[in-house]
Amino acid sequence: MTPPGTLRAAWLVARKDLTIEFRTRTAFLSAVVFAVLALAIFYFTWDESIVTAADRAPGVLWVVLTFSALLGLQRSFGIEEHDRAIDALLISPISRESIYLGKAIGNLVFLCALQAVALPALIVFYNLHIASAILAVSGILFLAVLGIVAIGTLFSAMAVNTRLAELLLPMLSLPFFVPLLMCAAAATSRIISGAPASSARPYLNLLVAFDVVFVVACTLAFPYTLEE
Amino acid sequence: MPSASPAVELQGVVRAFGRRRAVDGVDLTLAPGDCLALFGPNGAGKTTLLRVIAGLLRPTKGSVRVEGKSARDDADVRQHVGLISHQSMLYRALTAAENVEFAAKLYGVSDPAAAARRALERMRILDRRDTPVRALSRGLQQRVSIARAIVHEPSVVLLDEPYTGLDAAGGAALTDMLRLLRHAQAALVLVTHNIDEGLEVATRAAVMLAGKIVRLDDCAGVDRVEYQSMYRTMVVPA
Repeated sequence: MTPPGTLRAAWLVARKDLTIEFRTRTAFLSAVVFAVLALAIFYFTWDESIVTAADRAPGVLWVVLTFSALLGLQRSFGIEEHDRAIDALLISPISRESIYLGKAIGNLVFLCALQAVALPALIVFYNLHIASAILAVSGILFLAVLGIVAIGTLFSAMAVNTRLAELLLPMLSLPFFVPLLMCAAAATSRIISGAPASSARPYLNLLVAFDVVFVVACTLAFPYTLEE
Repeated sequence: MPSASPAVELQGVVRAFGRRRAVDGVDLTLAPGDCLALFGPNGAGKTTLLRVIAGLLRPTKGSVRVEGKSARDDADVRQHVGLISHQSMLYRALTAAENVEFAAKLYGVSDPAAAARRALERMRILDRRDTPVRALSRGLQQRVSIARAIVHEPSVVLLDEPYTGLDAAGGAALTDMLRLLRHAQAALVLVTHNIDEGLEVATRAAVMLAGKIVRLDDCAGVDRVEYQSMYRTMVVPA
């Protein structure tokens, strides 16, 4: 018997999480419904004669995605706490880093699926004409979500054992989300307003840099969050 | 798996939570094939001791060696440890077979599906293999949990009140499985409140009180009635 390597073990954990989510669909449905409702409320509460749809869409998109992402991240370690399934992972020969990476991959797929619903909903609600820029917007979304997942997965593991987990996860995560959201919103805004793609490049470079830092730092920090 | 070093070796193990010592200076050595029944009242530190041996808790003082190495820091050692806990450690949305197969894959078992089938068969729950765990009764979940813990054929098995919730058939399956593991030279630590169940399979019996092992006996020739009476005297002082 040879225990699986880090990436193989991470994939096992991710696949297990996605199977559970596919069967129960609780977190995904909650996040999608929340995202669509939030988009609708933003649409009806904003005065279009003051701020145009194209101007407010990027901000609305990132507010909605951030808070609906928290719903999925919250559940990530919640399924491990029920019946202490996390103990079975911890006593198995796989590394703790692979548990983190597996959870992060599962969360990334979850949030990409959420985007696949939220982005078309945003386009419809705000009547955006961004067919030619859809790939660029998707790329920005992916880069920002990668950083959000890196941070959110770490803090989800830290918060899950606490009495105020639902409160603690956003309180810990949101300050770290800020640099990612600033870059993502600025880049999205430029693309949606029809500016050349090159004008978004500095923000994309920053997003990549943040992603690298957050993924590496959170992977290294994760094993310490599971100490009792 | 026979080994030159003791299967489990604890030296001066202390585990404190704040100022309270849940485990207070435990020394213990188990050879391959040993089965230690660990008795003690609630709060004596039995579960904490198992979690320390399994590597889930770091000892505050002392050393824990499983097959000569630290289970906490050595993945090779963790591969040979199985834990059955109070909680089932199962995913409720997955079926019995999926839970056990997932565990087999984590341990790198070569044919996870076949290993899962074997483990479920040993616990006499193969007929419910495709049932989601959430739809199983507490006792059946416990059987799946035991199958999960032994699917990789561990050489050190830690069992925390494994008979809880099991009916007569489940209890018999577990006792048979423990005998099989002993026959395969696995070292077992069995925490239980039931003296009869413990002495049925154990080679040694220990009593734990306030974090300390206060009595350790060889089970050969132990009179169960006398042991029960002695245990009651220790646990419930006049």
